[in-house]
Amino acid sequence: METAQHSASYLPIFIQFLIAGGFVATTILGTHLLGPKRNTKKKLEAFECGIESQGNARLPFSIKYFLTAILFVLFDVEVIFMYPWATNFRALGSEGFLAMLLFMGLLLLGFIYIIKKGALKWE
Amino acid sequence: MSNEKPTIVEAPDGLAGEGFFATSLDKVVGLARANSIWPLPFATSCCGIEFMATMASHYDLGRFGAERLSFSPRQADLLMVMGTIAKKMGPVLKQVYLQMAEPRWVIAVGACASSGGIFDTYSVLQGIDRVIPVDVYVPGCPPRPEQIIDGITKIQELVKNESLRRRNSTEYKELLASYGIE
Repeated sequence: METAQHSASYLPIFIQFLIAGGFVATTILGTHLLGPKRNTKKKLEAFECGIESQGNARLPFSIKYFLTAILFVLFDVEVIFMYPWATNFRALGSEGFLAMLLFMGLLLLGFIYIIKKGALKWE
Repeated sequence: MSNEKPTIVEAPDGLAGEGFFATSLDKVVGLARANSIWPLPFATSCCGIEFMATMASHYDLGRFGAERLSFSPRQADLLMVMGTIAKKMGPVLKQVYLQMAEPRWVIAVGACASSGGIFDTYSVLQGIDRVIPVDVYVPGCPPRPEQIIDGITKIQELVKNESLRRRNSTEYKELLASYGIE
């Protein structure tokens, strides 16, 4: 009985989500279909300050940018996990402390691997 | 002086009541467009320096809604051509104008952009209206910032009173066709 009440009480949120999503979709479709368009060949050319554009904009770039970004994401998520541990530090006691040590130890092993492989070397 | 009430644009004619204001769509759209023009500064020479002074704090073009400059024609309303345009630059200017989205306006600032100025030579385009349609000409060599602001004010009048269906009118189509623009 309690769970039935709880799941029915989520209905307004669902309806609000539908209204928000529906408004966004309707306005995007509406402006796309109803808006006046004047597309000529010269107008659609890629903007290159008035001169002819040459070549493809998609060129290969070095992987160090990707590696830095993805490693940041991983260790940032680890830091995020430390925030609730910090707020409940006393309540979690020594069990929690050991669990967090294990978690951070595993990530530390990964960090040592990264350093040894030279993934953070920026030339 | 900073305690004075700022001047606000006056509302168009309409029916005002308790908490509502009814007017025609043309006027509201015109008012909104006129007071939020995003210029594209196509600054080539000395008039560009005067434009820098106009955008700076003493003469401040941002008061009129032109706070956000755009160097991309895709996001600009007003093409401000300031400076001498050489014949080699003509197609470049035309391409930038073509890549602007409608509705778009052009202001020719200075003598060189309006008519070639003092440079009546083999290499200078004698006025940008040889390649693109121009709405307002600001004479001067270079024009003072007050004159540039006057030109912008005239552009604002044009924008405010432009009909929403102007693009489909025959005279506008003929004007563009005379420049070879579709």
